[in-house]
Amino acid sequence: MPLNHSLIEEPPVRKLPSSKGSLRSSLRASYRSGILTTLLLFLPPALVLFSLFVILPVGEASFFSFFNWNGYGTPQKWIDFENYSRVFADPIFRQSLTNNLLVILVSACIQVPLALWVALLISDRTRSSVVFRAIFFIPYILADVVAGLIWRYLYDGDYGLVGTIYRWFGHDAPDVLAEVGWATAALLLVVVWKYFGFHMALFIAGRQNVPYDVIESARIDGASRWKITRFIVLPLMRPVVVLSLFFSLLGSLQLFDLIIALTGGGPLNSSHSAVSYLYTFGIRRMRVGYGSAVGVVLFIICVLVMIFYKRIFMRESASK
Amino acid sequence: MKQAFNFYRWLVLSLVACFCLVPLWATVIGGFKTTGDLRTNALGLPKHWVGDNYISIVATARFWQMLWNSAVIATFTVVLTLLVSSLAAYTLAHLRFAGRKWIANYLTLGLTFPFATAVLPVFIRVRDLGLLDTYWGVILPQVAFNLSFSIVLLRGFFAELPKELFEAAIMDGCSYPRIFWRITLPLSRPILATVGVLALVGSWNNFLLPLVTINDDAVYPWPLGIMQYQGQYSTDWGKVLAFVTLTMIPAITLYLLAQKQIIAGLTSGAVKG
Repeated sequence: MPLNHSLIEEPPVRKLPSSKGSLRSSLRASYRSGILTTLLLFLPPALVLFSLFVILPVGEASFFSFFNWNGYGTPQKWIDFENYSRVFADPIFRQSLTNNLLVILVSACIQVPLALWVALLISDRTRSSVVFRAIFFIPYILADVVAGLIWRYLYDGDYGLVGTIYRWFGHDAPDVLAEVGWATAALLLVVVWKYFGFHMALFIAGRQNVPYDVIESARIDGASRWKITRFIVLPLMRPVVVLSLFFSLLGSLQLFDLIIALTGGGPLNSSHSAVSYLYTFGIRRMRVGYGSAVGVVLFIICVLVMIFYKRIFMRESASK
Repeated sequence: MKQAFNFYRWLVLSLVACFCLVPLWATVIGGFKTTGDLRTNALGLPKHWVGDNYISIVATARFWQMLWNSAVIATFTVVLTLLVSSLAAYTLAHLRFAGRKWIANYLTLGLTFPFATAVLPVFIRVRDLGLLDTYWGVILPQVAFNLSFSIVLLRGFFAELPKELFEAAIMDGCSYPRIFWRITLPLSRPILATVGVLALVGSWNNFLLPLVTINDDAVYPWPLGIMQYQGQYSTDWGKVLAFVTLTMIPAITLYLLAQKQIIAGLTSGAVKG
């Protein structure tokens, strides 16, 4: 078959037909148009990397979690669900999950409303809005480690901001990060500082997607600024709010760097998150089985969150 | 009425701006202070400007070494993420073949869980491959964990490119790999920038993965280096703050240069839903 012939006679080949008779010729055709080469060259890098470092490890984690294993040699001491029962029996782990929950709560009750409020004030394109937007986003682009260290300094009773403020009133400052309870509260404030800019950016994008003519026509009908916000803008932004809450959830489940830099999980292991717990009690002590069990618990929580989110989101878009 | 609103707007915004900026101000200015000055005067200008904290850090090879390490890791991560994910996304967006849906779903599984859930097995994999204490031990897992999100973004964009272009190209005898290189990639610069920026920021700031796979401080990326430095000088805050400030410079510079791409990239979930 001359090369040009097939190109003129046949329409562009996009499919590998499965009927037997034409298999060889269609393979040849798809080779010529590069489909086969494309498939064989373009997909494997992603598939190999992804399987090797993402999917297999997750499977391995659930396998390792049934062993008492220090990571050397092959895992041999099968101990059923003992790792899991130990994880759930550990008060420190439960405290860590509680802290995760607290982060989510503070995020939902303080951070997201604050971000929404601010976003509605600067969603227009005036120069002042642009400048404020840039400022509010700065904490978010810093590394968590950096944010943690900055606030570790600010909270330091002898030096930082907290110490200075207390001395204005003639008191000696408490060492915030050294007291159970206060350390966690301090962490929550840093989370708000670090991440509200991100939620704000989400809300600004969402606000700019609200069609202008809807607002304009309400304004012509004499609706006040507050009424427009309350009855038009906010309802239209519901999906973005759901999305933002979802990101808080996911963010909380990943919280790690900030804690290590700010409190190291202390005092008395009271300010851990699930991940920093995993690191401190699984990785640092090379208890691979135990750490994997924590990882699996985390994984299950994430999957549940995902399902939950999808259901809410489906309902949101169905009700429209 | 209008004036009252303006006043309220400026008041709220200024307060929030102070909340954002005062910690940064205290950090930058703190690096110029002596320990005694830090103790009594957290917010004001230094009584005596001390440059030593900054100079002593910039003068060490270790500081530059770890910035270099981070830069190498980030560069390879960005390039590989873009390459590998756009190849896969292109195949999934434009070719119809048996198992396409299955593969597409498989590759997006990574969206469901964060890296931390698999960190121990990843460590063991990296160790068994002999990649501990190397750049690749950080780069490869990072690329792998970037894939899902990048492929979703890229595939969505590729699929929206005008079909006529491809049909015309095929009629002219252009093969699929060449279409990818000559048509798809050049037309996809905005989304490639978004994905690239995401990978860059993620890699530059990554802490958990290098913490687990890198032990040798000659290969430390800067987030590990900064924690080590803090451990060394724990309450010598002037030094630590100077170090923190110096590491903020690249992040803020990049942010000011590519503000649009960064915000678009980091909030791209909002657009896609």
